[in-house]
Amino acid sequence: MDKVDSQTLLKKGAEASLFLASWHGRKVIIKARFPKKYRPAELDAKIRSYRTAHEPQLIHEAKKAGVPTPTIFLVDLKDAVITMEFVEGKQVKQILARVSKKEKQELCVRIGELVGKMHRQGVIHGDLTTSNMILNGEGKVFLVDFGLGEKNMELEARGVDLHLMKRALQSTHYQFAEECFKNVMRGYSAVLGGEYAEKVFEKIREIERRGRYVDERKQA
Amino acid sequence: MKKSACCLGVESTADDFGVGIATFQGEILANASSGYIPEEGGIHPREAARHHTEVADKVLSEALSKAEVKPRDLALIAFSQGPGLGPCLRTGATVARALASYLDVPLVGVNHSIAHIEIGKLETGAVDPVTLYVSGGNTIVSAFDSGRYRVFGETLDIALGNCLDVFAREAGLKHKRGMPLGAALEQLAANGEKLISLPYVVKGMDISLSGLLTAATTLLHKGEHKLEDLCYSLQEHAFSMVTEVTERALAHTEKKEVLLTGGVAANRRLQSMLNSIAEEHDAKFNVVPRQFATDNGAMIAWTGVLAYTHGLVTPVEESFVKLRWRLEKVDVPWIK
Repeated sequence: MDKVDSQTLLKKGAEASLFLASWHGRKVIIKARFPKKYRPAELDAKIRSYRTAHEPQLIHEAKKAGVPTPTIFLVDLKDAVITMEFVEGKQVKQILARVSKKEKQELCVRIGELVGKMHRQGVIHGDLTTSNMILNGEGKVFLVDFGLGEKNMELEARGVDLHLMKRALQSTHYQFAEECFKNVMRGYSAVLGGEYAEKVFEKIREIERRGRYVDERKQA
Repeated sequence: MKKSACCLGVESTADDFGVGIATFQGEILANASSGYIPEEGGIHPREAARHHTEVADKVLSEALSKAEVKPRDLALIAFSQGPGLGPCLRTGATVARALASYLDVPLVGVNHSIAHIEIGKLETGAVDPVTLYVSGGNTIVSAFDSGRYRVFGETLDIALGNCLDVFAREAGLKHKRGMPLGAALEQLAANGEKLISLPYVVKGMDISLSGLLTAATTLLHKGEHKLEDLCYSLQEHAFSMVTEVTERALAHTEKKEVLLTGGVAANRRLQSMLNSIAEEHDAKFNVVPRQFATDNGAMIAWTGVLAYTHGLVTPVEESFVKLRWRLEKVDVPWIK
């Protein structure tokens, strides 16, 4: 890897550790997928290198679709390390509860639009939590962490992506999860068209009914 | 000898009929049970319910005599109100209603999933853990926040125990008394050496196991691999998936305890994987003791005590069973 001047641990996640570093005078994020001792070495190596190779590709695809994402500088497949732009801003997770009802609404519609653009490009994020959305100083929302994503144009994959987002809202922002998700879907419809969006909603309901012990199944 | 107030709990969500007795201080005095073992295939709900009806009086008297408690010493009757199989749940609920009316004591309906978490906390001393609850019917990553247990991750299709059981049956393993299918599979897996590549599906904090089961079963019927290697590979893939999502919840919530509960918690390999992520995040690893891992009456009795002492009772007319009662729908006033 190229020379890194300094390095501080920002977040020790489950899937990877994030370091803030300085690289050629630039603030960068170093995302390192360290080996996981709990799983067999062969499986571990496969998962880490697969995700390290795919994440930059998906980030690039999303960017082509007009979704703000960090710029990738270096990819090291052997050690499963990605060096990318540091997006300065706040996680949507931290601010969502603090902003006014109107701002919340606007933000969620905007997020829905981004997800719509990304899906139209065939990119599935795979982990649409509010921790993976960063609002920068100029009011732009960046999507980060595509490590669990995939290239997929199918309705099913899009439905699961949004279903997971709904679930993440319910576990982290249960006070206003429903309202937020409704606005996300408004933004999504604006990009993909009401008719298609309706198909995706129906898919989400179907996915929910597949889950265990779901009230909705009674109606089916 | 003077006994403190006791609660009797009835568990009957699936293949086990259990009766447990707990004191209001959290001492488990008895935990009796009888499991229904199908001749072949999985649980037939009606047959399981018939088994429960047949063994109910025997299990009940076994629990009372083990606890050295007379029926009139019982202050509370708790029962597993859901989620689970309808005919099985109804059998347990009927026993509980009859007891409560006959003894003229309060009745309290308990959520089965929450009971698995509460017995784990009681027995291990964990206070506020990220819990991985894995059994034949459930695969849930949960943690408490603002009045309720929240679901952070779960299976998008089949449960972990179900995945292992179906594979074990396909491989011709037999469920014997004292030796569940999962344990037989674990023994074989321990002798596996070669890791066979199988689907690994993590979506956000959720997992999907049906593709893994299909792939493993297909390879099994092709007969090109040793059964030990297949069992090993199935376990390694499935357990790595649940461990990964549990670690995600742990990193997300930043809690300092991990609890493994439910029937699959008895698996040593799964225990070692969860222990590894707990260490990684400076959290304490806890695992429910084996006798409280599978479905049991003691966990219902103890959760009944927690509910009742925090003002919850279930009038008989509201004691219908709830087949799809998700754990995040339940208020838990006993946690601050």
